[in-house]
Amino acid sequence: MAMADQPAGKSFRLSMLLYDTRYRSITIQVIMMLAFIASLVWLLDNMYTNLAKADKDPDFAFLSSSAGYDINQRLIEYSSQSTHARAWLVGLLNTLLVAFLGCILATVLGVSIGVMRLSKNWIVSRLMTVYVEAFRNVPVLLWIVFAMAIFIEEFPQPREFRGEDAAAAMYFWDSLALTNRGWYIPRPVFNDGSMVVVATFILAFIGTIFFGKWAKVRQETTGVILPTGWIKLAIVAVPTLVVFAFFSFTNGSREYSVVTTALAEGAELSTIDKPKVCVVSDTAQSVVLQELLRATGNKVKVAEFDTEAEARTAYQSGECNTIGVAMADLGSVEGVAATTYTHGNAILLEQPYLDGFNFKGGVHLRNSLIALWLALSLYTAAFIAEAVRAGIMAINKGQSEAAAALGLRQKRVMNLVVLPQALRVIIPPLISQYLNITKNSSLALAVGYMDVTGTLGGITLNQTGRALECILLLMITYLAISLTISTVMNLYNNSVKLKER
Amino acid sequence: MKKSVLLGTFAAVGVMAGAASAGTLDDVIANDVLKCGVSTGQAGFAAPDENGRWEGFDVAVCRAVAAAVLGDQDKVQYVPLSSKVRFTALSSGEIDMLSRATTWTLSRDADLGFTFLGVNYYDGQGFMVRKDLGVGSATELDGATICITTGTTTELNLADYFRSNGMSYEPVPIETSAEARGQYLSGACDVYTTDASALAAQRATFENGDEHMVLPEIISKEPLGPLVREGDEPWGDVVRWTLNAMIAAEELGINRGNLEELAKGTNNPEVNRFMGTEGNIGEMLGLEANWAVNVIAAVGNYGEAFEEHIGEETAIGLSRGLNAQWTQGGLMYSPPFR
Repeated sequence: MAMADQPAGKSFRLSMLLYDTRYRSITIQVIMMLAFIASLVWLLDNMYTNLAKADKDPDFAFLSSSAGYDINQRLIEYSSQSTHARAWLVGLLNTLLVAFLGCILATVLGVSIGVMRLSKNWIVSRLMTVYVEAFRNVPVLLWIVFAMAIFIEEFPQPREFRGEDAAAAMYFWDSLALTNRGWYIPRPVFNDGSMVVVATFILAFIGTIFFGKWAKVRQETTGVILPTGWIKLAIVAVPTLVVFAFFSFTNGSREYSVVTTALAEGAELSTIDKPKVCVVSDTAQSVVLQELLRATGNKVKVAEFDTEAEARTAYQSGECNTIGVAMADLGSVEGVAATTYTHGNAILLEQPYLDGFNFKGGVHLRNSLIALWLALSLYTAAFIAEAVRAGIMAINKGQSEAAAALGLRQKRVMNLVVLPQALRVIIPPLISQYLNITKNSSLALAVGYMDVTGTLGGITLNQTGRALECILLLMITYLAISLTISTVMNLYNNSVKLKER
Repeated sequence: MKKSVLLGTFAAVGVMAGAASAGTLDDVIANDVLKCGVSTGQAGFAAPDENGRWEGFDVAVCRAVAAAVLGDQDKVQYVPLSSKVRFTALSSGEIDMLSRATTWTLSRDADLGFTFLGVNYYDGQGFMVRKDLGVGSATELDGATICITTGTTTELNLADYFRSNGMSYEPVPIETSAEARGQYLSGACDVYTTDASALAAQRATFENGDEHMVLPEIISKEPLGPLVREGDEPWGDVVRWTLNAMIAAEELGINRGNLEELAKGTNNPEVNRFMGTEGNIGEMLGLEANWAVNVIAAVGNYGEAFEEHIGEETAIGLSRGLNAQWTQGGLMYSPPFR
């Protein structure tokens, strides 16, 4: 029929671009595109002309010059002599860290709160309603500042931990210190054999995935359900623990002696006078030795070296008065051999300790990081909870009733029938919440967290005065992070969405 | 129809762009108000009093320029700026001049596109600590946590100082002096570092100011002064000579008390030129003949402004030191008014 309307062989006329519906939409689109490009060109030209007028041509050379400022939280090597580009990278990693931690905590909290808000328990569901309304109706910046204020005002200062009757105390056998400068937690130190332990753990973990697949096939063919959770736990835990125990035992048989010139022959180690110890940096042996000396109640000074030989030379030249020596080498070093100690477990924990103005050792989680992380997570969790609730409520009640009629228990109805369908509804809004966390993390400067807005868009911008270049790079950075997150999440979304045949 | 609207818009944009590029002096006179960038609140230097009226040593420069150009020291619109946004505000034209304890450095002068117009306070970076910390010198600060205002020269000085002394520190970057105060007083940092004058100003506002002390080391030169955008010489001259007028007035012995009498004419030709009763220096700057009289009537001479806002009689309690007249062994020196 359509063919009959078009006289065959009629030539194309220019007016058809406007009056023929076949071409009109294309014409409009081409015009729109040209207008868009023209306005873009006009804007860019405007920018360049005005910058040239102000004698500020866009120039990115500042990125390779030395930054000159220090950053407190560094996930990679950085000093004030590093370049501005390096500072940008340090900031970027800090942004990614808080965004990653935030996404995980917000998801866990959001899902639990969303499910609990649907609870039949009146008090629980009402409490969750209060939570959601309170958090999503107050600007996130206020939550961040509020969290920081609590950390600064409520937690003790490091110096309150000092002395016999200190006003503050550490938790969990002196391994956790909560101060108003952040939390200090133990740091894992990887000893000899630790790589084998980690490798065993990873292999066992992969093994559980294969086991899960096998159990599923078995269940579908025979109908027998295995307690997969417990078996998976055993598959991971048993070999890892065995390997850990083995290497801890072999390390334990390697003995060292504390050799010192600061102690009289035959005297107790606790009477040691102003110990200064030479150690090889970042080794388990040095951690064990330092903790041994600190346990005597003395203030221990530490000089760190790259190799055993350097530490030995420094000891012999008198730079320090104490050193740890393997039993076999004992004769070759001067000094009193006081106590012996062993090489330590395969993986051991370095505990934080008070030294000078601050705690040292362990991992320092700054309160800027914790405040930002908690505030972002609690705030976004309120939105995720609503998305989860919407997803669950979108599933027809008949679905769960039908499943219950088949004899499935409550938990299985949720896991096998409701959630797989609800995920289709939950994932798309979840993606935008993840993006929100990432973008809201740029409020970090309010609490002095050095994210990419704080380094590239803050101090670098200020010190170099390259506002336009820095902001452009910053925008590109956030765009790249956001696009990556949404691409990954969209892949996941495609895998859970309704499969239509 | 649509076309004409579009063209009209372009035309309007063109007109606006044209207006913005005229001289700042003409803009200020046309708007009858001076837009002056100041700090977000620094006792003694720039802070609103209980009536919401901005007062302080940096504010006095704003007032002086308004008095010189518009004849009324209150025709100023104060724009409080954090140290982070101050330069953007100035280069974008949001403010006409910046009088905000800003250090004159080569890179800011040459690379950022600003013109510094003199120094109204010679300062240096210092450290403040609690007395009970038992620290007597900055060289004992190895491992300390230090609160520092971000986006300032102090950040770079601090990094240099600790590196050259082989010490480590934990920087806590802070945006405003109010936040710094909160963190420092709650003990979230051991040390607060910024310009020594600002430390004195902060300490004056503490409840127990005597529990804190400023360490003897001054680790940098911080000449603070007003600045304007580069490439607008007539406007730069006005601000520069307004500041010089304050300094010269003290040297010439002109103050609020004897101003009226001296304005009637004296035997001293330099005083007469200053007062506008002789010569035409006001005209050269594009101002009224009695501009300098207005300046002194509004804020007093340099010494009067200093004593009123930050001098030894005030809570801030700063002595003149480097900021005395050159005749008194200080660095304050105005080029001649002729």
